[in-house]
Amino acid sequence: MKAFARLLERLAFTAGRNAKLTILSHYFAATPDPDRGWALAALTSTLELRQVSPSLLRRLAGERVDEQLFALSYDFVGDLAETIALIWPEGSNPGPEVTLSDAVTLLRETGKVALPAAIAGILDRLTAPERLAFLKLATGNMRVGVSARLARIALAQTSARSVEEVEEIWHGLQQPYTALFAWLAGGDRPEPASSAPFRPVMLSTPITPQDLIPLNPDEYFAEWKWDGIRVQAVSEGGLRRLYSRTGEDIGAAFPDLIEALDFEGAVDGELLVRRDTEVAPFADLQKRLGRKLVSGAMLKSHPASLRLYDILTWQGEDLRPLPLASRRARLESVNFISDRIDLSPLLPFNAWEDLTDLRATPPASVIEGVMIKRRDAPYIAGRPRGPWFKWKRDPMVIDAVLIYAQSGHGKRSGFYSDFTFGLWDGTDLVPVGKAYFGFTDEELKELDRFVRKNTTQRFGPVRQLAPLLVVEVAFEGLNLSPRHRSGLAMRFPRISRIRWDKPAAEADQLQTLRAML
Amino acid sequence: MRADEIVYPTDKGLYCALGDFYIDPLTPVPRALVTHGHSDHARPGHGAVMATRQTLEIMAIRYGDDFTANPQIADNSTRIGTVTVSFHPAGHVLGSAQILIAPDNGPRILVSGDYCRTPNPVCLPFEPIPCDIFITEATFGLPVFRHPDPLTEISRLLASMAEFPERPHLVGAYALGKAQRVIALARAAGHHAPIAIHGALKRLCDYHAEQGIDLGTLVSATDPGDAKLILAPPSAFASPWVQRFRDPVISYASGWMTVRARARQRGVELPLVISDHVDWPQLTATIRELAPQEVWITHGTEDGLMRWCEIEGIPSRPLRLIGYEDEPE
Repeated sequence: MKAFARLLERLAFTAGRNAKLTILSHYFAATPDPDRGWALAALTSTLELRQVSPSLLRRLAGERVDEQLFALSYDFVGDLAETIALIWPEGSNPGPEVTLSDAVTLLRETGKVALPAAIAGILDRLTAPERLAFLKLATGNMRVGVSARLARIALAQTSARSVEEVEEIWHGLQQPYTALFAWLAGGDRPEPASSAPFRPVMLSTPITPQDLIPLNPDEYFAEWKWDGIRVQAVSEGGLRRLYSRTGEDIGAAFPDLIEALDFEGAVDGELLVRRDTEVAPFADLQKRLGRKLVSGAMLKSHPASLRLYDILTWQGEDLRPLPLASRRARLESVNFISDRIDLSPLLPFNAWEDLTDLRATPPASVIEGVMIKRRDAPYIAGRPRGPWFKWKRDPMVIDAVLIYAQSGHGKRSGFYSDFTFGLWDGTDLVPVGKAYFGFTDEELKELDRFVRKNTTQRFGPVRQLAPLLVVEVAFEGLNLSPRHRSGLAMRFPRISRIRWDKPAAEADQLQTLRAML
Repeated sequence: MRADEIVYPTDKGLYCALGDFYIDPLTPVPRALVTHGHSDHARPGHGAVMATRQTLEIMAIRYGDDFTANPQIADNSTRIGTVTVSFHPAGHVLGSAQILIAPDNGPRILVSGDYCRTPNPVCLPFEPIPCDIFITEATFGLPVFRHPDPLTEISRLLASMAEFPERPHLVGAYALGKAQRVIALARAAGHHAPIAIHGALKRLCDYHAEQGIDLGTLVSATDPGDAKLILAPPSAFASPWVQRFRDPVISYASGWMTVRARARQRGVELPLVISDHVDWPQLTATIRELAPQEVWITHGTEDGLMRWCEIEGIPSRPLRLIGYEDEPE
């Protein structure tokens, strides 16, 4: 439990992705089975444990600590699990170290009646950092900023395997992943225990109009890039699964689409909310994401659909080695029966100019640009450069005023690199978003100097700035958002240009952004 | 005479009427007794200053030799007015002392200043002094504060340096006491390579070395060579000074690092819980050991300690002295 506690603490305070990977890799390398497997399950949020309620923990603490002292402490610390971890009287019962497996076993197998005493008993045997790790585990609230994908990348880094290989077998694995670790160390590949596995996805790279010139248009297909979620729908051996492009099983949130997967095979497409022929904006799809239970009303008002790009397996045959043109022919020959499933149409073009025109005037607002794919390319896992390109529509831009700045971490330590920007609403500047990138290292230095010279107030690590500097912010989309004061949320905002030349008064109005919706 | 007629808080600081002196006064006064050299306790401009030899020397380093017209080294017992005062080690920083005020007829009042019970290689250990009134700090006066063994904390720093050998590790530590303690701990844990220090730490590190505290080889942080461990005052992390380091791990050695929200607020990647103050178990154990008739609390989170005193049946009262920082720079 000590190593796991250290791991969680390091991850919680480490912002950098590479540093997180290093910490994870070292942990997996240094920790024996089955603890590292349970840690992996906990980090990827796939560990099913009895959830312990905050009220139970509070009651347990109340049995050990004076109520008033607890209340004063909780007020000071601000986090219940952390308060209890810190305030719990030091173990009268040291004994041998409690392993993560011990803790997991306790939380999996203890009955409801015996649970409070069991939790108090294990807390008595742990040190403060271990208690915090245990309580985070018990309340299902890790918050260490590690995605399942990042954990799998770390696993791949410790071995000769690629992350795609790890993803391919991931869903058939049993916790605590001893077979996986054995395979990563050079042992046998684990046999998938379940059918309908995930196949690592083929991804595209960005392209510019200049890059297109030397390419022969006859060798490529083109299709719209739909603004939904790239998914893989698998229906094999009676099992139906819907995977995200990183291999997360998201089927539970889309029972209507799962029901429509009435075929034997694996297909690649875009998950959309579609009402008859009209594809809804991304925000509508977002309402369906991440739910454990979807109401009947939601299923009716936000119906899920699948728009297909590709076919990977069909009735037991692996089609991935075939050229795209052959796969497309197979895809077009299938009758998917359900009207929730349709094909992403190929775009007619003879020359790149034709495609340029199509991209400039897409028939729907939920189109993000065009995809360009080599007709003769097989389906290759990962992001090979060449066979598939994405040519996104030009981003939306707005001129905003910098209003707050916060310093960065790691390579950006000591530089003010995280910015909040706002737009004018009458004489007020209303915050509309945050941006962390888009500028060069040289520009970062200039921005840092600007922040230091123009700070009007400090709130902890945040500096409020005199409203002087205009930046051009580029973004990919805009959604209504009741959580933001402006009522709007941008997707992928970044600073595309610093407008040292432009007076702040001439930055855009909030109304202008609203009109872009 | 009642204790609260002998010593009481004023807007200039804690005042002893029988001796007509202030302890750690906040503004210039004719006569000051100073517990230790942290800048919120030891301020310049007093008519006379009595303190330990090391505290006086530290004040001279910080403020110049003319920080007072009349420095007096506290030796054994001294008669001031109608009280006898004596200085006793507090275990906080080099030169730190508690001050015992003993009237001819009346309660013995012990002003602890800031103090710590954890062994510290850079200063003398806290000496328990029997007293009737114990005037204590309560910087960490809540039961959530249990400082771990400082060597364990330093080993976490060294483990991170081994895990990220290319990344410079910048440890925020106050110039007096904390910086030298972190260095001494790193040496004790086996880190023998040169350690780089920010310019603001240099004179006080030199002074510790002159006092016979071995800190090993220290180099300037502006020219650190191969040194991957760098110490600086925490304020340096908000200044462009830190930009010279490539992809640093930002660390901070303080008792506040116990609380995660505090560490996050400071943008710390490696929080180290190393404190020069008593934690809750030490604070409550010290009160039990001294068994005073009353506990007076100068500053900190006094509500928690007062509640504990209430449970224990010890009369306590807050002095609510303002102007003392939680952990001074």
